[in-house]
Amino acid sequence: MAHGPREPFDNKIVEWVDSRLPIFTMIQKEYGVFPTPKNFNYFWNFGALAMVMLVTMIASGVILAMHYTPNAAMAFNSVERITRDVNYGWLLRYLHMNGASMFFIAVYIHIFRGMYYGSYKQPRELLWIFGIIIFLLMMATAFMGYTLPWSQMSGWGATVITSLFSAIPVVGKALVTWLWGGFSVDNPTLNRFFALHYLLPFIICAVVFLHVWALHVVGSNNPTGIDPKGPQDTLPFNPYYTIKDMFGLSIFLIVYAFLIFYAPTLLTHQDHFVPFNPMVTPAHIVPEWYFLPFYAILRSITFDFTLYLIVAGVAGGILIYNFCWRKTPCEKTKPFIPALLAVTVLFGIPAMLLAFFKDVEALKGVIAMIPLANIHLIEAKLGGVLAMFGSILLLAVLPWLDRHPVRSGRYRPWYRWTLIGFVVSAVILGYIGSQPAEQPFITIGQLATLYYFGWLLVIVPWLSHNEPVAKLPNSIHEAVLADSVKGGKK
Amino acid sequence: MTDHSLPDNPARRDFLYLTTGAVAAVGAGVTGWSFIDTMNPAADTLALATTEVNISSMQAGQSVVVTWQGKPVFIRRRTPDEIKAAQDVPVSELRDPQTDAQRVQAGKEEWLVVVGICTHLGCVPLGAKPNEPKGEYGGWFCPCHGSVYDTAGRIRKGPAPTNLTVPPYAFSSDTVIKIG
Ligand code: HEM
Ligand code: FES
Repeated sequence: MAHGPREPFDNKIVEWVDSRLPIFTMIQKEYGVFPTPKNFNYFWNFGALAMVMLVTMIASGVILAMHYTPNAAMAFNSVERITRDVNYGWLLRYLHMNGASMFFIAVYIHIFRGMYYGSYKQPRELLWIFGIIIFLLMMATAFMGYTLPWSQMSGWGATVITSLFSAIPVVGKALVTWLWGGFSVDNPTLNRFFALHYLLPFIICAVVFLHVWALHVVGSNNPTGIDPKGPQDTLPFNPYYTIKDMFGLSIFLIVYAFLIFYAPTLLTHQDHFVPFNPMVTPAHIVPEWYFLPFYAILRSITFDFTLYLIVAGVAGGILIYNFCWRKTPCEKTKPFIPALLAVTVLFGIPAMLLAFFKDVEALKGVIAMIPLANIHLIEAKLGGVLAMFGSILLLAVLPWLDRHPVRSGRYRPWYRWTLIGFVVSAVILGYIGSQPAEQPFITIGQLATLYYFGWLLVIVPWLSHNEPVAKLPNSIHEAVLADSVKGGKK
Repeated sequence: MTDHSLPDNPARRDFLYLTTGAVAAVGAGVTGWSFIDTMNPAADTLALATTEVNISSMQAGQSVVVTWQGKPVFIRRRTPDEIKAAQDVPVSELRDPQTDAQRVQAGKEEWLVVVGICTHLGCVPLGAKPNEPKGEYGGWFCPCHGSVYDTAGRIRKGPAPTNLTVPPYAFSSDTVIKIG
């Protein structure tokens, strides 16, 4: 990366190495003098915090692996032995267990930062996609790690999540047997999960490298979303942001230490401390908190996709495409719009009745009269799986869903408030995911799911063309000055 | 002299290029398959494929749970009421239409044998033990996402798409069932 002319170093050893492999020049260039926008707020800490957590997880994990036994008969006891008998084993385990939570906290805030300030927008699309890939890999890693202590939650969580793949038509069942290496979650499953749990963090490291590389090609975004125009807009990374990151890290570590020393099992279900029994399912299977919103989306699809729902969905989708994704409806579609509207409503009504009102006594008679009600193209189970994976994959294409010319949410009030609604819907989903699948939780979860997808697929594309374009400050410097004048007057 | 003697005949180059590529692709595919197939159940896992159960002491209305291929299997000796309830349901009402006769062996209607794994996402439904909820159709109730099965193990309510699986089994004698 560090090509071109090189400044010699004073230190002879450093110079000897650097003239053969310019690694010190590279560090100096990318982390020393690297010109960084001068207006970062604390949201810009969380990338570095996530990096610290990745290193912490690998360091604690490698040591845990020295004491851990990946065998169905011994795994639970080996983890208990780590906590009780191994010197500082309790510390290592709680570092690792709560470290996963802290890692996800950092990454969720990091993702939110990107969404709020439009960091996913041109030219950072690829950087953003690498981020979503890291997020997916983290989820896979944490899921397999959670299986390793071979507790009731480990075994049953693994059963429920691997069984998701049985929803895939034709090959689903064979795929699940292949994932398990048997006919249920058992020793072969544990063995491969351990191997993969050890491997994936290193793959994450590789993708993090690409993520940071892409960042250093295009440079950081900043709270105004305005590109730096010259030296008055930037600061050298060191010492300004090394210090700011250190300060943020200190606060973050206080929270982490509080969890480890005062509430090590606060975020973990009690059934995670009971050995796995393949014959008895615990009363509630609840995943770790960081998976809850996605688990709630999975469970929100309680209905089959009937013929009616699909037809209404396609007609409605064409309308949404014309009126939300496009600035003006496509000429060719225009004459068909009344017909499309009619189809959406006519098919939408029976679709809604079949999907959501089947249990309402008063409507049973009406619903029984709907013909072809039993024809469904996607079963509820497959629908749930598609919705769950879709909810993450759609985030990856956010740069193409949002085409508004202004980057930062600071100058986009409509986007900003609907984004906060999106975060609220995700938090509600998280709560619903922790509750049993009963009313009123099911309906609340379905409404939150509707907003989650509605924001991504309807609101954001619509805002792209319809949210007024605010007048932006001329430069970061000007924005910072305006802020300090405002602050000074108070 | 024909074209093919020319050292840089492009058609000949392309042919060599494509055949080499094809052979390499087949080789990679065959090797790749062995990598993938190692993750399928091994011979010893497959060897655990059958389980024998003595049912001589079971009373009507009683259930047992046995292990077959690492999975729970429910054996229920059904009461006459339970059998009647299962036979009387109009098949058209069912999500996964099957008659009771398709789920038990002729002449042995008392005995229902099903894999105790919810067809939704693999939990073990409740209802085999006396103190467990059996759900509103008197069969099984899955606590995970609320699927309800009837006295023939058919799905009646909730997210599960299909009936509880009936494993292959045979009566080795009047008092012994061999599963698998
Ligand atoms: C991306 C980084 C990682 C994440 C998110 C992660 C996540 C987890 C989680 C959630 C658990 C369950 C903790 C518990 O319930 O006790 C776990 C366990 C475990 N992990 Fe990791 N892990 C990561 C990296 C690693 C690495 C690199 C290794 C080994 C080199 C490792 C080795 C282990 C071992 C041996 C266990 C079982 C012991 C225990 O449960 O404490 N982990 N991991
Ligand atoms: S696993 Fe039984 S209802 Fe979901």
